[in-house]
Parts: sequence; C-alpha cells; structure tokens
Amino acid sequence: MAEQQVHMRVWRGDANGGEFKDYRIAVGEGQVVLDVIHAIQAQQAGDLAVRWNCKAGKCGSCSAEVNGKPRLMCMTRMNTFEPGETITVSPMRTFPIIRDLVTDVSYNYQKAKEIPAFKPKAKESDGTRRMYQEDIDRVQEFHKCIECFLCQNVCHVIRDHEDNKPAFSGPRFFVRLASLEMHPLDTNDRMELIKQKAGLGYCNITKCCTEVCPENIHITDNAIIPLKERVVDRFYDPIAKLMGLFSSKNK
Amino acid sequence: MAQEKYETHEYDVVVIGAGGAGLRAAVEASAHGVKTALVCKSLLGKAHTVMAEGGIAAAMGNVYPEDNWKVHFRDTMRGGKLLNNWRMAQIHAQEAPDRVLELEEWGALFDRTKEGLILQRDFGGHRYARLAHVGDRTGLEMIRTLQQHAVHKGIDVYMECNLQRLLTDGGKVSGAFGYWRESGKFIMFKCKAVVLATGGGGKAWKVTSNSWEYTGDGVTMAADAGADLMDMEFMQFHPTGMVWPPSVRGILVTEGVRGDGGTLKNTKNERFMFNYIPDFFKAETAETIEEAERWYDDKRNNRRTPDLLPRDEVARAINSEVKAGRGTPHGGVFLDIASRRPADYIRKRLPSMYHQFKELADVDITKEAMEVGPTCHYSMGGVRVDADSTATTVPGLFAAGEVAAGLHGANRLGGNSLSDLLVFGRRAGLYAAQYAKSMSGSLSVNNDQVEEFAHTMLAPFESKGNENPYSIHSDLQECMQDLVGIIRVESELNQALEIIQKLKQRSHNLKVEGNRHYNPGWHLALDLHSLLTFAEAATLAAIIRKESRGGHTRDDFPNTDAKFAKVNIITRISNGEMTQSQEPLPEMPDELKALLEEKK
Repeated sequence: MAEQQVHMRVWRGDANGGEFKDYRIAVGEGQVVLDVIHAIQAQQAGDLAVRWNCKAGKCGSCSAEVNGKPRLMCMTRMNTFEPGETITVSPMRTFPIIRDLVTDVSYNYQKAKEIPAFKPKAKESDGTRRMYQEDIDRVQEFHKCIECFLCQNVCHVIRDHEDNKPAFSGPRFFVRLASLEMHPLDTNDRMELIKQKAGLGYCNITKCCTEVCPENIHITDNAIIPLKERVVDRFYDPIAKLMGLFSSKNK
Repeated sequence: MAQEKYETHEYDVVVIGAGGAGLRAAVEASAHGVKTALVCKSLLGKAHTVMAEGGIAAAMGNVYPEDNWKVHFRDTMRGGKLLNNWRMAQIHAQEAPDRVLELEEWGALFDRTKEGLILQRDFGGHRYARLAHVGDRTGLEMIRTLQQHAVHKGIDVYMECNLQRLLTDGGKVSGAFGYWRESGKFIMFKCKAVVLATGGGGKAWKVTSNSWEYTGDGVTMAADAGADLMDMEFMQFHPTGMVWPPSVRGILVTEGVRGDGGTLKNTKNERFMFNYIPDFFKAETAETIEEAERWYDDKRNNRRTPDLLPRDEVARAINSEVKAGRGTPHGGVFLDIASRRPADYIRKRLPSMYHQFKELADVDITKEAMEVGPTCHYSMGGVRVDADSTATTVPGLFAAGEVAAGLHGANRLGGNSLSDLLVFGRRAGLYAAQYAKSMSGSLSVNNDQVEEFAHTMLAPFESKGNENPYSIHSDLQECMQDLVGIIRVESELNQALEIIQKLKQRSHNLKVEGNRHYNPGWHLALDLHSLLTFAEAATLAAIIRKESRGGHTRDDFPNTDAKFAKVNIITRISNGEMTQSQEPLPEMPDELKALLEEKK
C-alpha cells in the first residue's frame, strides 16, 4: 500500500478554550490513529499533548473521541475510515480539559479511593486459599478493566451533568464494586455505599458503557444489573424486611 | 530557608516509579511507618508492568511438587549464563512464592488448578511449570492489585510528575528535582531516602516493546549522582515481537504462546529451534520433535522443547533464520499455535494476544500462524545494588526492578521480572525505611545544584538552536537498532559511539515550540539526556566485553570467554566523563555451586 495523505482535525486548546486544527499527514501501512497523532507531533506540532503508554490496548491511556466515538486511539485502525474521509480527534468530553487531547481524569482516582478495600476471610485450615476457576471466571472478567475511562466518558449520568459527579461513581467503579462483591474471599460489606454514595440508582441501563468497553466487559449485564438486584434484595425485599424485624442482624 | 522558590515537599522516603517495584516499595516503606511519596511519570496504573503478559515465576510447586527454590535458583543462574549476582538469585527464588501469595491476600485472582490452587504455566528456561498467571494479562492483575492496595495505605501519589535529577548533600541523597507534566512547573522533594523503580531504557532502540516512559531515567539519575552502574552491555531482545504491519513492529507477543504449546517455524515449515540447541543446554533440551511433544504432558521423563530455550538463544536463532533467507517476507518467522491447540483453548489462555493480532494485524491466531521477530525488551544491566538491601553505592539511594542490575546476569528468564519487582520492591521499601529512620537532623539541599538543574531544563525554550527533539530521538533509535542490536561487532559499536557523541552535541541546540503546559516536545527534550546516557553506557560496556554471553552477542568474538565469566563491567560518571572498569563477581558459596552442577 502506498503512503497516502489524510486530513486530520485535532482539537487544540486548554481549559480556557480551543478549536479544531487541520493537519495533512502521510499514513503508513497498518497505522492506527495514535500513530498519526505521533506523526503530527514529530513533524508539525511538537507540543501536541496526548497521553499514551503501551500502544497495544493494554494500558488504557490514549482514550479520545474519534469522529465523535469514544475509542482507544491505539486500537483504531486508519483503514477503518473511508478513503478521503476527514478524521476528527477530540478529547473525552466528560472530563475537564488539561490540554489538547489530555483531560483531567482525577475524578476517577477520587472515586477509587472511596471504595473500601478488599478484606479476605480466614485461610483454609491447611493454610491455603482454595478457589475454583468456575467461581472466579466472572470476577476475572471485571479484572480485565484497563481503566481507560471510556465508560465513564460515555455515561450520560455524568457526561452532561457535572453536578451528578459527587454522588455517582460511574460504570468503571460499578465494575470494581461488583468484582469485590463477587470475590469469593472478600468479607467487606459495601451495599450501603453502592446504594447511597456510589449512586447505582442513577443508572438506567442504557448500556452505552458496555458498547464502548475496549475489553468487551459486559458492564451492564454482568456488573450493574446484579448489583441492582443485590440492592433490591437487601433494602427492598418485603420478606427480608419482615425477617429483619425478628432478627438483630439487619446490616 | 523560609520560603522555597519551587513547590517543595518533605518525606522520609520518595519512591520514583509506580510499576510493580515502585508500588511494592511504597507499600512496604509506608507499612514501616515512614512518610512515603510515590512519584510517577504517567497516571497511576499505566506503568510498564501493566503490559507484562505471561506470569510471575515462583517455585510454589502447585503443578509440579518437585519444584522448589533451589531449582528456580539454578534455572535463573543458568539462564543468566552464571553472571548473575548469586545472592540476589537466591533471595529471589526463596521469596517469590510468598510475594505471589501476598498478592492473593490483597485481592488478586490468578487462574486456578483443579484443586483450587494457583495454576502455573511453562515458560522458557524454567524446568517446571512455574508462572502464576491470569491468562496473558498477569501484569494488569499485579499492578491493579498493588495500586488498589497502595491507595488505601495513605501513600501520597504524585502522578504525571517527572523527577529528573537527584539532589545530594555531602555525598548522600537528600532529595529529587523535576517537573509536573501538566503545568510544567518545577517540583522539589527533600527526603532522607530515594527508591529508584524507574524501569529500563529500551526506548533508545527503534524496534522495541517499551513505551515512551522507558528512557533510562533511573540509570541516568543514579550515575549523575555518582552511583555505579553494572552490566549495561546486556540488553534483552525478546524473540517474539510483532513484525507486521510496520506500525506495530516490536509490540510484544507473550512467551506464553510457546509455554502453552506454540512452536516456531521457518518458511520451509521446519521447527528450526532443534538446530540451535547450544551445548550449555543440551542435557536438558529435547533433541527430537517426538520427545518435545511428549514433554508438554510428561515433564519427568522428557526434556523441554527447544522452543522454550532462554530468550537470548531463541532471539539469536530467529535472527539467523531470517538472515539465511528462511524468514517471512516481513522479516520474521512463524509462531504457530493455531494448528496445535483448539481455538477455545487459545482464546481462553491467550485472550489479549488473540485480540491484539485480530485488531492490529487482521490475523486470527486460532486459524493462522503469527509472524514474529526479536524486539528490544529488557535491560538486565542498571544500577549496581547490594543484594540484600538494594542499596546503591550512594548512601540513601536504593533501586529495585528493571533499573537495578544483578539478578538476571547476562539474560533474564521470562517470568522472573514480575517476581523481581515484588521481591526486591519489598526489600527496597523495607531498607529505605530503615535507613530513613536511622537518619536524624534536618534535610538540606544545595540550592546552586537546584538552580543549575532548573536552568538546564528550561534551556530548550530559550535556545537559539533549531534541533527537533523528535528527530534526535529517532536518529538515536536508528543508531542503536542498526549498530548496537542483537549481533554486535567492534567497528559498528565504535561507529555508534561517534554518532551518540554527535547527538549529544546536537542536543545542546534543542528547540521546543509552545509553552511549559503539558508539552510532550519539551518532555522528550528533557528525556534525551537520559536516553543518550543510557545508550552511551550500553555501547561502551559492549565494546569492553569481548565475548558473547546472554543478551550480548559479538560477531567478532562469537564464544564465551572464561576471563569475562568472572567479571562485571562497571560504569561510572565523574566530572561528566563516563569511565568503565572490570570488577570480579562475588564468590558463590559451595553449597550453591553444587546446585548448579546437579543434573536434575
């Protein structure tokens, strides 16, 4: 394949504002959007800000919106676009802009801190920890999360509602909470947090998060819905409530 | 001084780098009650450890009960062509199982055996299936577990903060100086101890599995502060990187593919590794395809397939096949698991390889062979450390993980890196905390030193030069790739040195555009100092070692040399000049020597 020129429109600016800038640049065989951004950096705009690390879909650093779609730039092949198509690259919209394609994702690190740590039960009598593969398959699916925060970015609860952020953890942390709740060894109780501070109730299951997950984690079906069911079982189940009246253990 | 000119923080221990080693060090230091900061170039959880695929080597004996630390020690030493620091190899093999089990206590979920224990997989150079793993994303599990554990331990994390220089006071470490990537503003740490956990310098090569972070920062900061470097000539070229399309050349293909049954083939469909079994490994390697095939299921009565020889051997073999014209048109060889294992098994065991090839190369690895070739991967050399304490030769400075030298000798076995991070990360945190506690009195930094650093770092903005940092980096990568690659020869190494000197000259005339606010061009300009220092040290050491051993192959000296079997090459910088010397290896106790000689 001969090298061909593409027309890229890349958002440039900072917290005070910015605009799309046009770049025409050669694209080599097999290249991904991140390669082209790097080529722009090296040849035309040395100060173009972008995050990246592994360039293989494993670290979740290079999240952006490509033609409006939340994507990892390192996993978006240039040959998926029509020849001659203008390709627009903009930063994730849900997070405050730092510069160009780099956003302030500290919201996510704050939410991570609020989740009580893993707390294992006692070891087996022989001093080992036995868990069976079929019992951890589901949690291992959640552990695939690379923290690209695309699910957070696309979640409409916070995408256009900054004011919801304090009371809503977002899909990434529902996955984290589900991974702890379903961990065969964990003993911490996080149901109150899930219901209240994490704001699970805000989610109305539109599955946008699942659609953008580059790891194909079934966020809605496997994490959010089971958590919602647990909340219902704990807090709204009439029989459990009745039982609670006769039991001192009603945590 | 009442008012500091730059943002300043005081700590007992500052850990630089937040991959496996840095996180584990910070957790340990903090657990010993010292005020600890963790400082990293990227966001937390994005360090190189996240890309590690295959697993953590630890002789837990869950799959083969006859495995134990002595066998692991032996494998590690032989894999490193006996140049390893024996004490580090001993500590590593002894402590790795506890470090893995500790991760489980912190929430990690490894793949399981039928009995519900941690499953272990085969890897190159390991006698028994030994790698605790999670599919082919073990590094992600490890970094996320450590990260989440650290977050709850009250450790202060400084993300996207790039420390570039160590501050010293009377020969002792007293702090570190760098900048925030976001604002470009300077930041200074005053502290009693620094743990370097910054990884390697593989970004000095063109075809590399390493990310932008791998610029040799730790090695350079340590050497600039007067610390000894060791074994800088030993770079590991991982045998299996992607080769096609060009944009993904160098991206890692886990050794787990071979561990789980994949084999290497040339374009004549020959399993060529049987032609490359060195005498050193003859006794433990299968000579026929039949024996190799039996080995997967019966390790007691058969010897290991040569597909799983140590990485240096396999990388050289692939290189030779391609040179002999038996490589693919894209300059690689075939790695075939599709014809050998069921599709479901491949997708379950190697999900990220499946995904990576499908998305980036349009190859379905359950249906067709992968094309692979060597890629620059790991630096065995680095900062010289005390085996037990990870202390460098500069008081108050500790180093763990890839930035430190010694454990892996001339060549690292796959799986021994993640265990290295845990074992020596913990020790670095422990001994740095102890050292910090033993220090009393106020911290002082040399303001002239700080001003000089600040001035140098801002020079690219004020420069009248016109050198583009991206061009200098790219020229360095070409130079190291072509002249200091897998196969080396003295004339080319000398040529590389000349080029590096010219690049150093050019780097005095760097010019960056824009301002200090999240400016990658400026960041790269600042990293060039480390990249060039790393490259120079590696090249000089490669010239001195006139033999072939492990990750250092000299075309003009193709054999091992008994003289060089007894020495490490030490690099120092004094008054801006790099000097090198040969120093004898520490003497190994007889009982450990006996382990090496045992046949089984």
